Amino acid sequence: MSTRAPKHLISIEDLDRAGIERILDRAESFAEVAGREIKKVPALRGRTVVNLFYEASTRTSSSFELAAKRLSADVVIIRSVGSSVDKGESLKDTVQTLSAYDPAAIVIRSPHVGAAQLVARWTAAAVINAGDGKHEHPTQALLDVFTLRRRLGSLDGARIWIVGDVLHSRVARSNILAFGRMGARVTVCGPPTLLPREIESLGCRATAKLDGLDQADVVYVLRMQHERMLDSYIPSLREYAARYQVSATRLRPAQLLMHPGPVNRGVELSGDAIDSPQALLGEQVKAGVAVRMAVLYELLVGVPALAAVA
Amino acid sequence: MATALARALHQRAGTPAELLIRGAHALDPRSSLDEPCDILVRHGRLAELGAHGTLPSPGRGELIEAAGRHVFPAFVDPHVHLREPGQEHKEDLESGTAAAAAGGYCAVIAMPNTAPVVDEASVLRALIDAARHRARVAVGFLASITRGLGGQELTEMAELRDAGALGFTDDGKPVVSAGMLRKALQYQRLCGGVLALHEEDPALSAAGVMHEGAVSARLGLAGIPSLAESTMVARDAALAQYEGARVHFQHLSCEPSVQALEQARRSGARVSAEASPHHLTLTDDLVRTLDGRFKMNPPLRAESDRRAVVDALRSGVIDCVATDHAPHARHEKEVPFEEAPMGTTGLETAFAALFTELVLTGELELATLVERLTAGAAVFDLAVPRIAVGEPANLCMVDLDAQFEVGSDGYASRSANCCFHGRTLNGSVMLTLAGGQVAFRRRTLAGARAPASR
Repeated sequence: MSTRAPKHLISIEDLDRAGIERILDRAESFAEVAGREIKKVPALRGRTVVNLFYEASTRTSSSFELAAKRLSADVVIIRSVGSSVDKGESLKDTVQTLSAYDPAAIVIRSPHVGAAQLVARWTAAAVINAGDGKHEHPTQALLDVFTLRRRLGSLDGARIWIVGDVLHSRVARSNILAFGRMGARVTVCGPPTLLPREIESLGCRATAKLDGLDQADVVYVLRMQHERMLDSYIPSLREYAARYQVSATRLRPAQLLMHPGPVNRGVELSGDAIDSPQALLGEQVKAGVAVRMAVLYELLVGVPALAAVA
Repeated sequence: MATALARALHQRAGTPAELLIRGAHALDPRSSLDEPCDILVRHGRLAELGAHGTLPSPGRGELIEAAGRHVFPAFVDPHVHLREPGQEHKEDLESGTAAAAAGGYCAVIAMPNTAPVVDEASVLRALIDAARHRARVAVGFLASITRGLGGQELTEMAELRDAGALGFTDDGKPVVSAGMLRKALQYQRLCGGVLALHEEDPALSAAGVMHEGAVSARLGLAGIPSLAESTMVARDAALAQYEGARVHFQHLSCEPSVQALEQARRSGARVSAEASPHHLTLTDDLVRTLDGRFKMNPPLRAESDRRAVVDALRSGVIDCVATDHAPHARHEKEVPFEEAPMGTTGLETAFAALFTELVLTGELELATLVERLTAGAAVFDLAVPRIAVGEPANLCMVDLDAQFEVGSDGYASRSANCCFHGRTLNGSVMLTLAGGQVAFRRRTLAGARAPASR
């Protein structure tokens, strides 16, 4: 049973399965728009979307910008460098200042858990979480589900392994929840130091060994950051790569390979795996714009009338 | 030998109370008192106790008809942060002791992690002087164990004791070095004074901001494992026993710490411990809201930890309740959870929170709660407030049936970062007498001038 559109998208928990499917269905029609010569629809004409990015980002910020523009919204982009944030303005003051422009939506990326939730408390705009610390990155999870659904038809019963630094990954948290809601069986795998205690409570299995990876339908690889070695979470990137790198030899031919980007080539993924036809990395990026258009549409226009797209 | 509160603690001089509380149910486990009484306060002292309706109206002062209300010995909090000097935007001696009085407390012990730190006799003397002018309830002070809470050099402990320090603590921080703590414990033989310890191994708590468990896994917040606390409790109990010293464990929050404490008591170490209302009633599940009010150190733990701490308080393994009242300004808490400072206020809500969440649910007897809310005095060798003739009037009157929404009327504290904010609690403090003075009376409390004669 489909639910009402939520006011904000802060966590995957804001959506039930029907809500996710509604967004993905709409993303399909927006993907069709991307194939046209004039890639614009008038759905958000005259409305303003603020992108507030407190952290470096290439694909998330550019795809949110494109998504809003393709819906004909006016887009304001604020980055922490060079803004009054740099001068020590609090998040609350920044949000209240920007809210004075009466934006329809604020898209926020922050290094801090719960930042999007706080913003929602201080503004009348719809708030979209574009990543809050190690907590969640719900639009990444939606575009990953979108990409997989196109390939598999349905995620029901699919076995998905998420491999790598689960402890520090907001993508892992959103994806465990989103894959689970769509009926997949999720296993997380990584070095014991990078698997949070009680992660199983999110509804997944956890293992420190790649044994059994061949049973997976989808292998979702997380980025391994260099700093983790400096913090002694792993003894060396060399050993990490030897134990956990997903390479062409470790993949079965029918398995699908995903990664949220940016990739550390030769660390968590080998070059041959990235370049193999099993890899969906390019499709994930492409899905980003259509899915984020659908999220903006869901929150700002609402449930009725797919007709507005046409 | 216990020292009278008025001798070791400091409070502003005021008018001694003159009143008759008629018909309140007096409950004082130490005096085996548990019945409706008339209580006559003359010149700030308990002059007469009588069965309900037996004491005549006083010739002077006030008559308070208190049938249906309860009177307890006023509470003593061995752990508060009054923020003076240096952080008066959060709290000061006046607002902090007003909050204490509103919560039914007649005495509080202030922590030294101020700016500057209370690590020199001159700072302490100035504070004592300020308290004698501005404190509504009696205030005692602890000095720091190490200079500037730096963990490197001992303070002049003997001189600080002479200047009036009740004891020592680096609260807010652990004494990380076992060698440094050992020297402080040795020095205790010279100067006395309890060493109160905030137990946390920073190598295990690291950058943690909440309890390590299922909720931290879900939220992606760095966790503080329980054993960051319990391993230090075990270490320091062993050190204290070896040196024959006496230590007090502050705000124990988890089951492994309770086990370490039980073990220490069994082996004969001279240890005492406190628990805080929030650890006794709330769990880390609340952190899912990401509200900075639920960020404190030690963090809210799991339900099994909460139950273990309640059991220990009930059995007496944990001696007393301490609020760890830690005010922070609104703008400091209105930031993302990881950025928010640690701490919750607690003085104004301690009784009501514990009464509602533990007594009304059947987890704790009311008499035990009253005992534990006053027992903090004994930890610091102070006389525990009692309802007995000849004692100074340290009383609080409570309406156990009155329900209120926390914070709806504002706070006496300068800060509003209360983890019970918005909850409906039972047990409203109506009147507090501290050191023989009326320190707090609720606006709704009706009183009458006593008629000249009856």
